[in-house]
Amino acid sequence: MSTAWLAIDGLGLTEGATRIVDDVSLTLAAQRTVVLGPNGAGKSTLLRLIHGLLHPSEGALRWSQPLSQAMVFQRPIMLRTTALANVVYGLKLKGHAMDVCQRRALDSLAHVGLEHLAQRPARLLSGGEQQRVALARVWALEPELLILDEPTASLDPASSREVERIINEIAASGTRILMTTHNLGQARRIAEEIVFIDRGRIAEQTPVAEFFKLPRTPAAQDFLQEEMP
Amino acid sequence: MHKLHHTMIEFSDSFHTAWQLLAASDSRLFAIVLLSLRVSFAATLIACVVGMPVGALLAVGRFPGRRVLIVLFNGLMGLPPVVVGLLVYLLLSRAGPLGSFGLLFSPTAMVIAQAVLVTPIVAALTRQVIADEWSEYREQLRSLGASRARAAATLLWDGRFSLSTAALAGFGRAIAEVGAVMIVGGNIDGVTRVMTTTIALETSKGDLPLALALGFILIAVVLIINAVAYAVRGWAERRWG
Amino acid sequence: MITRRLFCSALASFGLLAAAASHAQERFITVSSTTSTEQSGLFGHLLPLFEKASGIKVRVVALGTGQALDMARRGDADVVFVHDKAAEEKFIAEGYGVKRQEVMYNDFVVIGPKADPAKAAGKDILEGLRRIEAAKAAFVSRGDKSGTHAAELRYWKAAGVDLDKAKGPWYRDTGSGMGPALNTAASMNAYILADRGTWLSFKNRGEMGIVVEGDTRLFNQYGVILVNPAKHAHVKQADGQKFIDWVVSDAGQKTIAEYKIGGEQLFFPNARR
Repeated sequence: MSTAWLAIDGLGLTEGATRIVDDVSLTLAAQRTVVLGPNGAGKSTLLRLIHGLLHPSEGALRWSQPLSQAMVFQRPIMLRTTALANVVYGLKLKGHAMDVCQRRALDSLAHVGLEHLAQRPARLLSGGEQQRVALARVWALEPELLILDEPTASLDPASSREVERIINEIAASGTRILMTTHNLGQARRIAEEIVFIDRGRIAEQTPVAEFFKLPRTPAAQDFLQEEMP
Repeated sequence: MHKLHHTMIEFSDSFHTAWQLLAASDSRLFAIVLLSLRVSFAATLIACVVGMPVGALLAVGRFPGRRVLIVLFNGLMGLPPVVVGLLVYLLLSRAGPLGSFGLLFSPTAMVIAQAVLVTPIVAALTRQVIADEWSEYREQLRSLGASRARAAATLLWDGRFSLSTAALAGFGRAIAEVGAVMIVGGNIDGVTRVMTTTIALETSKGDLPLALALGFILIAVVLIINAVAYAVRGWAERRWG
Repeated sequence: MITRRLFCSALASFGLLAAAASHAQERFITVSSTTSTEQSGLFGHLLPLFEKASGIKVRVVALGTGQALDMARRGDADVVFVHDKAAEEKFIAEGYGVKRQEVMYNDFVVIGPKADPAKAAGKDILEGLRRIEAAKAAFVSRGDKSGTHAAELRYWKAAGVDLDKAKGPWYRDTGSGMGPALNTAASMNAYILADRGTWLSFKNRGEMGIVVEGDTRLFNQYGVILVNPAKHAHVKQADGQKFIDWVVSDAGQKTIAEYKIGGEQLFFPNARR
């Protein structure tokens, strides 16, 4: 995929006295984009602006075509009901009939390897299992763009790997991926392109291999130095 | 010291009387207790059916005057029962706008008065519970495309354990009040006499031990209901997380 | 799922309301009367016999005389049963009542501390009140527009006491029914005018006893009135009249006379037919 699907034009967000996102202009064309940056750089805010959860103070989002979106958060948000019902909920909101919802939800849970936990109360599942349910929930909706905000930050390594596998499968089915993470190995494995943010501004936008071998900006260089073991 | 001793004797006499009344399975006593429960339970149910959606919409909604409504409902939690009773009496009296229904001095009038009294409590407490839920779920529900109304409904079901406390608070207020049911019910023997109005009557007749005994029974009923609700809620929360 | 539950709850509450409303299917009349009459226990004795004889249930709402008449003016009662001739005649003159019939009388007594600091004891109500005022002994008044309160004010006037001038900390205006006022008087060892019936069933006596009784001026006349259907079309005229007819009949009058507390008769039937 090399045609741009989103052009961000001068996006900015001010909260009180702080400039959280500042004059962000960006064209997204890659199928898998990972946003990196130090803590407080504005990565999560940028993702929320793109998803529509926040409204910018200035600037605009120009979509080449309207894209159906879904988002996965760092902490999986589960309703106090079964895993299956949680997945069904998203489908029901789209207006499908109940039996269709149930069937597709069960398929989705099978894709993430959790069909045996379908009737379990979702809040009693482990963190990794809950995040997989969250992924099943968005996968069932077949979004054209999937946004993920540090999806494995609160998970153990085994669960993180499972989640990565699922993200890859979702990407393989044609969904665009836009993600942030603090796990550089993960970024390397998943991304085609890296967008590097520093203090609310876009510092770099580079293909993945290049970014890790030879980052262009000093900020990115510092960042990689600190994050690498 | 002598007065304290005298009061302690009165207390233990009343305790004794309470047990005797229960043991004798006094049918009039049971009728009074049953009517109290029926009236307050029905009123609380209505208050929940009306108040919980209102509270939820106040929590997740965005509309002009929302803040004013929140303050209003919080304030109405402190509605004096006797004032509610007077207002409903004026409405239901034959000389009033709803007089032709002939509802005055009936259990129905008592249910209406207590429902008016309890609805603001349920609405305000629901708003608080749902507002807390909303802060947790807001991003996820909006991401999934839930409208505010849909989100309110979802959170009402999701927050059902905390909301049970709101309902219990409403019920407690209803079953303990005397001002409203006395005015709109008329404390008619065998028809609209409930525990609180009976206690008031026996007190005014000077039969303090009996009044106190009925008071113990009322407290016991409320405590039992609360204990059962607490246990059920604990079990349900462990089950659902 | 939520809507299903909401629907079930709504159904349940309406069911409860319906059960409550079905009570209204039985045949009944509403009688407004006074708290002192109800608390004397007379209705518990009298009404079951009427209900058995006629099949009509009587629902008594007990308030102060003023309230009882006001309630009837609003049309919320079918029959009025109170003890304040002046207020009753005014009620009829205003067109709210059809006819006043005398039913029975009981009497007032002055209750006070057995030690009787004001030396009010005796058979003369007016002299007793004068002595209480002179001693500025604690006195509790109902102050609630009731028949008893109206009577109390009449006695003070007849005794030549100008209450407005004489009022002071000794005179406690409580604005309450007979029972609560007796409670207050007992707790502060004060004098109080009460109807004998409430006193006989009053259990919280403390150091109190009857101080003045037997003065014919203390007799308290009860009247029964049908609320005027011309003013309120929904008034249960036929059944209400049946009740009135029974109360003044031989059977009703005999039942009234038979009501006793502690072996003592409370009410003396005097209906003229």
